[in-house]
Amino acid sequence: MSVLNITKENFENEVVKSEKVVLLDFFATWCGPCRMVSPIIDEIAAENEHIVVGKVDVDAQTELATKFQVYSIPTLVVMKDGKVLTQSTGAKSKAQILAMLP
Amino acid sequence: MEKVYDVLVLGGGPAGYTAAMYAARACLQVAVLERLAAGGQMALTHQVDNYPGFDEGVDGFDLGMRMQKGAERFGAETVYADVQSVKLNQEIKELQTDQGTFYGRTVIVATGANPRKLGLPMEQELTGRGVHYCAACDGMFYRGKTVVLVGGGNSAVADALTLARVAKKVILVHRRDTLRASKIYHEPLERAENLEFRWNSEVASLLHDDRVEGVVLRNKVTGESENIPCDGVFVSIGRTPATELFANQLELDEAGYIVAGESTETNLPGVYAVGDVRTKAVRQIVTATADGAVAAHEIEEYLAVAVA
Repeated sequence: MSVLNITKENFENEVVKSEKVVLLDFFATWCGPCRMVSPIIDEIAAENEHIVVGKVDVDAQTELATKFQVYSIPTLVVMKDGKVLTQSTGAKSKAQILAMLP
Repeated sequence: MEKVYDVLVLGGGPAGYTAAMYAARACLQVAVLERLAAGGQMALTHQVDNYPGFDEGVDGFDLGMRMQKGAERFGAETVYADVQSVKLNQEIKELQTDQGTFYGRTVIVATGANPRKLGLPMEQELTGRGVHYCAACDGMFYRGKTVVLVGGGNSAVADALTLARVAKKVILVHRRDTLRASKIYHEPLERAENLEFRWNSEVASLLHDDRVEGVVLRNKVTGESENIPCDGVFVSIGRTPATELFANQLELDEAGYIVAGESTETNLPGVYAVGDVRTKAVRQIVTATADGAVAAHEIEEYLAVAVA
């Protein structure tokens, strides 16, 4: 599945109400480690139909960044039924990101 | 029998991909094993101004991608894999990864270095919650706040200037009484009005609830301690080589760097160390790429003798 661009407008519908597990990537366009993780997130989205994958641009979505207390990017968040299962900062390998999923 | 590569390169930074490009151009079968993405530490640098040929500077991430493409143009492969253990002291070397085992006649270690940590209790748990190692990445979250920056070298001072543009106040903590940073940085430092210095000091502990709330500074001369409230701590105290995987097989110096001279040869035949991971005087992108070319040349000779 393609990666969703998550905003405060679609957050409720795409993330909170999602019946699938959601993987969120909080990033900024100018952040080196974020750019390193970004293609891995795209790959995971393409290979895993059973989850929803979304990216949150922290510059454009400051409310969401504050809501998740994101103080370091990239921050990866795994959610199910509107609740955070795991939240972790820093660049990670594909295997490490997949290991965050339930 | 599994595929045996002529050259396995560990790490896709400038040293690794230059070695891969030279080896691929010499018609050797090459794979680069990279954990994340091309570029290594360079990818975290927004503007690289000291790599020749780019008169207006170049984005480190883009330069890394271009080095990768440059190597792949001649047939080098990239495998995204996390290497978990290595067997280097044998004719066909083995690398165990999360994507399976890889075999190579030669191995080039280009794993680079990572930011050095303070080594304090709770540092790991508070990383991303007030403890940071990349001012360029996380500085903007401290707009209008107070941050402590630890370090005194060029990177630390560049980080301090980055933070001073965003934060309300930056407190630079350095264990000596003068900066090691080059003169070019001194004038902008003096002009930054929201920058304070704490000389001869080190962070003794982190004050926190579920986030950092301050630090305890210890003055190394007077022995006195002082509590400094702050919202974040940025650590810029140099780097530590990524050599844990090789500790029992390759000769390391006391700081953990792989002992190898300008020929990039290590203590084991067919194993080479390039870039920041090797013992050397100047750790720069240009010296890393130079190492890559030398290692590929040494490998051509090594394989020619081995086949003959």
